[in-house]
Amino acid sequence: MSIGLHKSEFSNPVIRWVDSRLPIFTMMQKEYGTFPTPRNFNYFWNFGALAMVTLMIMILTGVFLSMNYTAHTVYAFDSVERIMRDVNYGWLLRYVHANGASMFFIVVYIHIWRGMYYGSYKAPRELLWMLGVVIFLLMMATAFMGYVLPWGQMSFWGATVITNLFSAFPIVGSHIVTWLWGGFSVDNPTLNRFFSLHYLLPFVIAGVVFLHIAALHITGSNNPLGIDPKGPQDTIPFHPYYTSKDSVGLVVYFIVFAILVFFMPNYLGHPDNYIPANPMVTPPHIVPEWYFLPFYAILRAVPDKLGGVVLMFGSILVLFVLPWLDGSPVRSMRFRPVARIAFALFTLNFFVLLYVGGKPAEEPYVTISRIATAYYFAYFLVILPLLARLERPLPLPESIARAVLGRGGGPIPMAATAKPMEKA
Amino acid sequence: MRMLKTLALLAAVAVAPAAHAAGEAIALPETRFSSDGMFGTFDRASTQRGFQVYREVCANCHSMRLLSYRNLLEIGLTDEQVRAVAADVQVQDGPNDEGQMFERPGRPSDRFRRSFANDAAARAANNGALPPDFSVITKAREGGARYIHALLVGYEDPPAGFAMGEGMYYNRYFPGHQIAMAPPLNPDQVEYADRTAASVDQMARDVALFLHWAAEPELEQRRQMGVKIVLFLGVLGVLAYGVKRRIWADLH
Repeated sequence: MSIGLHKSEFSNPVIRWVDSRLPIFTMMQKEYGTFPTPRNFNYFWNFGALAMVTLMIMILTGVFLSMNYTAHTVYAFDSVERIMRDVNYGWLLRYVHANGASMFFIVVYIHIWRGMYYGSYKAPRELLWMLGVVIFLLMMATAFMGYVLPWGQMSFWGATVITNLFSAFPIVGSHIVTWLWGGFSVDNPTLNRFFSLHYLLPFVIAGVVFLHIAALHITGSNNPLGIDPKGPQDTIPFHPYYTSKDSVGLVVYFIVFAILVFFMPNYLGHPDNYIPANPMVTPPHIVPEWYFLPFYAILRAVPDKLGGVVLMFGSILVLFVLPWLDGSPVRSMRFRPVARIAFALFTLNFFVLLYVGGKPAEEPYVTISRIATAYYFAYFLVILPLLARLERPLPLPESIARAVLGRGGGPIPMAATAKPMEKA
Repeated sequence: MRMLKTLALLAAVAVAPAAHAAGEAIALPETRFSSDGMFGTFDRASTQRGFQVYREVCANCHSMRLLSYRNLLEIGLTDEQVRAVAADVQVQDGPNDEGQMFERPGRPSDRFRRSFANDAAARAANNGALPPDFSVITKAREGGARYIHALLVGYEDPPAGFAMGEGMYYNRYFPGHQIAMAPPLNPDQVEYADRTAASVDQMARDVALFLHWAAEPELEQRRQMGVKIVLFLGVLGVLAYGVKRRIWADLH
């Protein structure tokens, strides 16, 4: 790196002036314009962009909601209903934000699923994957604290149950819980700090997302074949090919989002959360939001409290070491006939966990949740490491272009070699 | 792709019941409301009748603390009617210049007046049970308006051998079947201005619809906006797909 003005290639004098002093235009052009991207993405590769857009929607609606929200146990519930009734389009802001959380998790679950199916976590993208797991953890913390803010019955009792998990740790457990609460029960100090953190964490997420994308732009994207691009015939510039493809996915996504917000805004919520929090009345079944149910099922599958907590945290932490548990050099499961079946079962198993997580802790759900928990961990700790040694993968295609076009390269499209566009 | 479709279907099946996991509800009668479906609206006549039932019957015990009298304009009451309804109650205001609290007739900007001074007073008057606030009641109960209607028509004699608590009433649709509220509606309990016959079923329907409006006053506006937005996105989606096809055409 040399010191001095950047040699900008832009002809517009204003852009050029800025760009030579702070080359953000060059950077944008490089990272989102000409960025070489495998030519064979399917629509699963939309979901990273969709998650990014959802994060922005959540931050924007959240900022405006917080202008009308009161973080106090006496006023919180009513202030939320005031947003629904008296704030102009407050109902829209709140329903977009509340359902946006669900949409965010749907999108991120599909994004993670795609990464697992096509082996995007494998070398050289281990760190990229781990940053993704960090984002997922931060999302879970943020969503949990956000659900507490309306101060309904499920807010209160969900907060009570989840914070109490930390009491399972020996010796320090109860101290941690008191420290989290800021008192001796879930109360006003708890609500206040949850609001503060709920406002803070999305910006932390945005920071880690930046690192996630920065790491992605070093290694480049994986693709459905899981093989590396071998030359310019295998890649196309991000713009306009993937900007246009992401736009299609984005509109479809917005349609699903809109149907949820405008026609069934409370479908994914729990009716009990429209009852103001009451520490004296425990709801018959305390259930977390749907996106936590698989992990809630793992928690409850173990008769021992500490064991359940350890397994629940372990079920997410195991994702950090996934790149090293799966030693198979073949990324895409398309070419892994056995792993493919094991992963299909893993996916099915995830839905089973989601289902039993929402059921009361009684038979037959307890037994089902134990079997499903066992498979969840077996997939990571036993099946993948074994298959890396035993499985015989199918032959990989020679190159992306050959696999996609059925010929060895073909004409390179004009746009692929084009200069940066004049108007950036 | 077939695997994906199967997975998507599984997801839908797993999420739907899980989201409403708690509580095994008794099947509610298939009552139809004007607010049902994607394009449903609040039938103004029925909603207004429901308000009459609430005002003359339910309001004796159940508050609606989040609603103001001015909100009644939205269900078609005229300005004069709203002012008259509000002026019908005395609300406490103050302190005045002498530092005294005083009573004055209600105004449209006042919240619905509560019959009891506080929760303890409400319990004392109701055999220890607290009548829940009705502001968002249809959102706070599985089944919504349908449940409210079912509850109001669901009083019956307990089955033989069913142990009833003292002062409790058997209700087919109440969780646990024992409810502290006496059957609140009797035939012809209210006299409808539009001469609709005030059967228990009719009153229950009307008040359930009114409570649905009270819980989701934005419902009509929300659905209208939703239709426009989905139509717009549909067109935009076709255009976006066309653009994508054009751009990708040179790659294949």
